[in-house]
Amino acid sequence: MGWLSRALNSSIGKKFVMALTGICLILFLVIHLINNLTLFAGPELFNSVVKGLDGIKPLIRVIEVILALIFIFHIYEGVRLWWENKKARPVNYTVNGSSKNSDIFSRTMIWTGSIVFIFLVIHLRTLWVTFNFDPTVHEGHRYYDAVVSAFQSPVYSLFYVVAVVILGFHLNHGFQSAFQTFGWNHKKYFPFIQKLGMIYSTLTALAFASIPIYFLFFFGGK
Amino acid sequence: MNEKKINLTLKIWRQVSPKSPGNFSEYKIAVSPDSSFLEMLDEINNDLESRSLEPIAFESDCREGICGTCGLVINGEPHGPLRKIATCQLHMRNFKDGDTIYVEPFRAKAFPLVKDLIVDRSAMDRIMEAGGFISVNTGSIPDANAIQVPKDIASEAMDAASCIGCGACVASCKNASAMLFVSAKVSQFALLPQGQTERYNRVEAMVKKMDELGFGACSNTYACEAECPKGISVKNIARMNREYFMAKVKSDNVEV
Ligand code: HEM
Ligand code: SF4
Ligand code: FES
Repeated sequence: MGWLSRALNSSIGKKFVMALTGICLILFLVIHLINNLTLFAGPELFNSVVKGLDGIKPLIRVIEVILALIFIFHIYEGVRLWWENKKARPVNYTVNGSSKNSDIFSRTMIWTGSIVFIFLVIHLRTLWVTFNFDPTVHEGHRYYDAVVSAFQSPVYSLFYVVAVVILGFHLNHGFQSAFQTFGWNHKKYFPFIQKLGMIYSTLTALAFASIPIYFLFFFGGK
Repeated sequence: MNEKKINLTLKIWRQVSPKSPGNFSEYKIAVSPDSSFLEMLDEINNDLESRSLEPIAFESDCREGICGTCGLVINGEPHGPLRKIATCQLHMRNFKDGDTIYVEPFRAKAFPLVKDLIVDRSAMDRIMEAGGFISVNTGSIPDANAIQVPKDIASEAMDAASCIGCGACVASCKNASAMLFVSAKVSQFALLPQGQTERYNRVEAMVKKMDELGFGACSNTYACEAECPKGISVKNIARMNREYFMAKVKSDNVEV
């Protein structure tokens, strides 16, 4: 299998891993978002959805491990590509003309990704750990209350909003970029993919951001 | 030539040798708007030489945008601010009186600097040697339509083949990636019947060589397509990726 590892470690292979894991994460975000939007229907629905997921815990654990691996590969390859790509130009230009020939989202993937990573760690700590291991939340199935209390903090809510907007920037480039990497750039459907990517990234960012905004302002933090 | 000249301040990268430190030298010039960018550099060099000073080293050959020899980074953009032209086709009328223009060499690990504005782009030749050719004997000129190629495919292959190998794609890419160049070369063969025999070996060998030579990977910023003097499309990069995946699935090469 030496040929396979050599292929995956070639410049195109590394991008293939990025694109494949990126698409998996995009699909994960869709499911995660649908799940979260049940918050708007009130405590009963949200608590029962999370309780339902708790009922199939062994399966959820397997999915969580797969998801963690996907994240790890995406981050590992992303950082590796960034580092190697930097080394491909040891002396930089004095006048940087990149704003004239490319968009900012495509040039800042490592930074938007890194902010998403920091968010991810904090997000897991505040919500995932609480949902799984806080006795009152977990045993009492008081998940909705945990969300309410998390978003009572304006700092956390603001950070959440900023982070998902930045995630939107990452996706704005990432969505179509993954298709280009797969080689699916064809004049018949690529313009559609580009538009879909913009719609997807905007909707994802807005929908995720609406949750802390709702809890902080309209729910009055109660 | 009674046209009004424009006054420019040029900051040009001067570097005596690969190892020595370089810096910008300033030149003030009043130049005709009809002059090309390279003619302006010629004027500066004439002046320098008349004063027994070392002229600015830069490359050019055809001066009509077909050979790919010229290539300067002008205010941060390879081949300057205009689209789909080479440096030799850029005219001074595109600049305003009083402008300051920075001129730098192409910068990439795979393009070591030789002197001033000249870099060694032979890494691109190494990639071509790895697979950018057809080694089956195609014989003498075949009868017209003996090998049928649909017009749209032929046009696409011609578009890819219009790459002049200037390296501006590498120079413009934040990763100094040669993907646009290599994909154009892979595509021009992959699209045509004569290229089929070595199709998969070719893409594997060229990508391998490209990686070995220290070019970066593609981040799909598409800066290359914007700066390419021939407007080579990034669709070629998508095609090369497809060719590469297919090669990995189908070719017999376990060694590459
Ligand atoms: C839910 C979270 C994330 C999603 C949905 C996502 C999605 C994507 C997608 C679809 C791409 C495009 C792949 C391609 O160009 O072929 C991408 C690229 C990238 N991602 Fe992420 N990503 C996420 C999180 C992260 C994190 C946490 C990092 C941390 C460093 C990161 C770093 C990068 C980098 C550096 C690239 C560009 C690689 C390159 O083109 O050179 N991403 N991402
Ligand atoms: S693809 Fe365009 S920019 Fe790159 S070498 Fe060919 S002609 Fe020059
Ligand atoms: S000198 Fe030949 S392309 Fe410019």
